[in-house]
Amino acid sequence: MCGATRGGPSVEGIDVAKETVIQGVVVRDGEPVSTGYARLLDSGGDFTAEVPLSATGQFRFFARPGEWTVRALVPGATGERKVVARQGEPVDTQVDVAA
Amino acid sequence: MSRETALVNATWVEEHAGDPKVVLVEVDEDVSAYDRGHIPGAVRLDWKSELQDPVIRDFVNKEQFEKLLSDKGIANDDTVVLYGGNNNWFAAYAYWYFVLYSHPQVRLLDGGRKKWELDGRELTAEVTPRPATSYTAAEARTDIRAFRDEVIAAIGEKNLVDVRSPDEFSGRLLAPAHLPQEQSQRPGHVPTAKNIPWARTANEDGTFRSNDELTALYSEAGVDLTKDTIAYCRIGERSAHTWFALHELLGLANVKNYDGSWTEYGSLVGVPIEKGA
Repeated sequence: MCGATRGGPSVEGIDVAKETVIQGVVVRDGEPVSTGYARLLDSGGDFTAEVPLSATGQFRFFARPGEWTVRALVPGATGERKVVARQGEPVDTQVDVAA
Repeated sequence: MSRETALVNATWVEEHAGDPKVVLVEVDEDVSAYDRGHIPGAVRLDWKSELQDPVIRDFVNKEQFEKLLSDKGIANDDTVVLYGGNNNWFAAYAYWYFVLYSHPQVRLLDGGRKKWELDGRELTAEVTPRPATSYTAAEARTDIRAFRDEVIAAIGEKNLVDVRSPDEFSGRLLAPAHLPQEQSQRPGHVPTAKNIPWARTANEDGTFRSNDELTALYSEAGVDLTKDTIAYCRIGERSAHTWFALHELLGLANVKNYDGSWTEYGSLVGVPIEKGA
């Protein structure tokens, strides 16, 4: 989508000092994907949460400090990325998906 | 109830697309999802503004449920097919309401909105109006709903299934990881509860695991499926999903959903709480 901001949604209105935010954008062939889901898996691979992607391919989770995997499901493709979350420092990531 | 009568698949929905006695109902956590696109002909139920009493903490009563379904154009003899995002999380919660008020024919679309979308099936933003009906509900059933005193009495006696994430169960988080952690009540879980996160009942595409897999999941976690079971989560939605798996798919009779769940239990004065895994 032309003109879309890279990375996750704006953190305006969120108490970032208190929260442990993992957010980002799901990308296919260099462009954000508007239809699909982001899943947050814990360090053991267990499902923790799932959110639909925004129209600009973005997602956000409130987690706790530690290692996580963001797994993206979009029509005909999947992708995942490991992240390390810290309180007070929102993680902004990009998950690339491919068939 | 059994798997064959509780679930339908996308093919079934497409085959019944023109059937006026089949009503598709979308229920999402993200209530704006319906506006962006829904299965053609589907009506929307808003779990927060339409399924909860606006003043007291309780779900809608019999009269409110009757008015809601009448306004939505749902009749007593309609087959209601519920679906939604996040593995049918809120659709399963609405399903529990329909059973609670004894709607005769209610189903879940296996895989919900997610599988429908990922399979590239049709969605539309167009709203199809349905003429109002005069819906009549039965008195709310109490055999599938647990209240707090029953949960306390069940400690060490009945199966208590905590379906929240391991981090919520152990007390490290107070809410699911996609929601702000603003709650102030005590973290932890009901003593003797087993932690079987709700989403383990579902495959990645949102469809339910097979009955054999579900039985193994609970048995291996130490749940004696011959005993009575109470499922709970934070506010009763995720545990409605587990209630569906146990009561509707496995056909177990004595399974209740504790919709007060952790936001009630974790705020009670003097009740026992355990922390840690």
